[in-house]
Amino acid sequence: MAVRSRIKTLKIDGRDVSGHEDESILDIARENNIYIPTLCQLDGLSIVGACRLCLVEVQGWRKLVPACATYIEEGMEVFTNTERLQNYRRMILELLFSEGNHICAICVSNGNCELQDLAQKLGMDHVRFPNLQPVRTVDMTHERFVVDRNRCVLCARCVRVCDEIEGAHTWDIKGRGVDARVIPDLDIDWGDSPTCTSCGKCVNVCPTGALVVKGQPSGEMIKRQEFLVYLSEIREARNG
Amino acid sequence: MMTYEELQELAASEVEKQEQHDYCVRVCLAAGCLSLYNDEIKNALEIAVEDRGLGDKVAIKGVGCMGLCAAGPLVSVEPDGVLYERVSVDDAPAIIDALGKDPVEHIHCPLDIPFFERQQKIVLENSGVVDPESIEDYLTRQGYEALMIALTEMSSAEVIDEVVRSGLRGRGGGGYPTGLKWQTVAKAMGDTKYVICNGDEGDPGAFMDRSVLESDPHRIVEGMVIAAYAVGAQKGYIYVRAEYPLAIERLKLALRQARRHGVLGDNILGTGFNFNIEIRLGAGAYVCGEETALMASIEGNRGNPRPRPPYPADHGLWGDSTLINNVETFANIAPIVRNGGDWYASIGTEGSKGTKVFALAGQIQNTGLIEVPMGITLREIVEEIGGGTPGEKAFKAVQTGGPTGGCIPKEYLDVPVDFDSLVELGSIMGSGGMIVMDETSSMLGVARYFMEFCMTESCGKCIPCRVGTAQMFRLLDKITKGQGTMTDLELLEELCDLTKYASLCGLGQSAPNPVLSTLRYFRHEYLEQIIDAPEPVA
Repeated sequence: MAVRSRIKTLKIDGRDVSGHEDESILDIARENNIYIPTLCQLDGLSIVGACRLCLVEVQGWRKLVPACATYIEEGMEVFTNTERLQNYRRMILELLFSEGNHICAICVSNGNCELQDLAQKLGMDHVRFPNLQPVRTVDMTHERFVVDRNRCVLCARCVRVCDEIEGAHTWDIKGRGVDARVIPDLDIDWGDSPTCTSCGKCVNVCPTGALVVKGQPSGEMIKRQEFLVYLSEIREARNG
Repeated sequence: MMTYEELQELAASEVEKQEQHDYCVRVCLAAGCLSLYNDEIKNALEIAVEDRGLGDKVAIKGVGCMGLCAAGPLVSVEPDGVLYERVSVDDAPAIIDALGKDPVEHIHCPLDIPFFERQQKIVLENSGVVDPESIEDYLTRQGYEALMIALTEMSSAEVIDEVVRSGLRGRGGGGYPTGLKWQTVAKAMGDTKYVICNGDEGDPGAFMDRSVLESDPHRIVEGMVIAAYAVGAQKGYIYVRAEYPLAIERLKLALRQARRHGVLGDNILGTGFNFNIEIRLGAGAYVCGEETALMASIEGNRGNPRPRPPYPADHGLWGDSTLINNVETFANIAPIVRNGGDWYASIGTEGSKGTKVFALAGQIQNTGLIEVPMGITLREIVEEIGGGTPGEKAFKAVQTGGPTGGCIPKEYLDVPVDFDSLVELGSIMGSGGMIVMDETSSMLGVARYFMEFCMTESCGKCIPCRVGTAQMFRLLDKITKGQGTMTDLELLEELCDLTKYASLCGLGQSAPNPVLSTLRYFRHEYLEQIIDAPEPVA
């Protein structure tokens, strides 16, 4: 028998909507075709609330809250697309673009990139901040895949999929702040990783050109993410 | 296992032992004085006593922080009530010879100065008095009496009620009502609960928790056991940064002694209550002072914060309900239980009760550790207790709340210090760091310094804090070098707004505070550095 969960009613952008108490604002917004931009969130992976793109305003709440990590409450009034939020989202994207090499014209993921899509959709057409030009590395030692840390947005999807779905926990993050970067195992060459199963899940969940398939030409770097929801559901079912 | 009666006997025999000595010479062995080789002075004093055959009459005791760190090494003499400052090894014989007579002139530090007279000690009442390495000495100062009262005479609800009545607010910086937090954890579901003591003090210039841990570690143990009883926890952790080796050493010793004397572990004081404490060391990340990051670190994971809610009371360590309080908060618990919540609530202001420990640092005469009642004015702290700025230089601003606090200029020195008034001024109480700056300090430089700190200490998880602090630092650096434009200043203000409202945890949310507060009070200093700034209006 299904676990009982209470139904809550609320308003999102003036529309009356409802959902279960264990659903997030993002879940309910999507169910009702209300668009809230996301980057670190991916169905099938745990929620981290890191990218802050899905921040929304709730009437009477002092703080902005991430739609992905906030459960719905009875009577709450959510605003997902105020001018303030639009400004914040554009600025967050500007910061991301200023942080690494996000020059689309020379990227293999050009045309198949979630960061690029977000910039277009949210109207971020220029970056007001100087590029931080961090010294980051490219690792091509893996037989089939490449990690280009210059194009990484540190969403940690690869870390989560490897740990939560594949169960290998090859990826993790090393360093702090702008020096943070994804590393295989204890910061060894990816090709030498004894834990990597070469399953390619990390590549498929990567929103940008940071994790790509070797030799695949630009324009064909299409990521497949449909597998994720099935796999995570199977995992959950097996773990009871 | 010892019973409380046995502990009291132990305390009585310790008092008797101490009373056999006519004099007690206390030598500060906290980090500040120890770095000035006060341990060698203690040796010299012991030799001087030995040489004079006064071993039966004079006890030499290592104690914790006496507060006036600027005048260290410090030595005090009881019952003469004499304090010696800037003591050297050569002074040892003279100090012993002067026992019961006129104090040694050139190192005599008067006690009738505002630094001592204006303080009110609750948290620090044992600091500089008890030997932090002796549970017997702690017992002579009503040690573990509050624990006994709580365990045998009070229900857990009554303990919480006293804490609620006391009005105590969390001393780690947030100022969340402690009693309310305890109530929430007590109400939480689940059989397993944890109590965590946050000793990951990382603000530059702050050494309150360090001093408490080094000077009176049993106070923290007692506070935590009482808390565990009140909320129904079985296991506790003290999270201390590894940069505090002396505090760790004394804590470890205190935990061992506490276990041996039956005030920690299984069947505490024969009441059937079980609670144990483990120490966990921080590896040097500032963000691990943030409670969710701290818990991740205890679990053995990367010390990254996570969104709240769920709060630790609901979903804490390993998913169980967890009470997490700061060192100074726990240090207030035993006196509150012993004297009652109403007694504590009679001290301080309407919204902020009790006392607060501050670490005075920067351009101030009396660098050191003070404890003052809430509601005292900044002027009293800076000018009277702190003795003002040294030399002829005029006071300019006082920075409270660490890297995520703000600078308060001289116009607001008469504002009473409490949680709410400091927030109104664009700063925060924080954990109690107070850095005084004179007219030679550049406010832009201060903002730049703290932004660099936040940038390097950002964990990198959320974008506004990770990249926002890095870009703000670059803009501040550019303006400091005289290369900034008005556009840069506007960008800086926009970034402050974004980082403040869009960051995931408290570190990012308050990282812009030093910039915002210096822009609020010292905007002209920014404009002076900006190349296309409009001419100031005459």
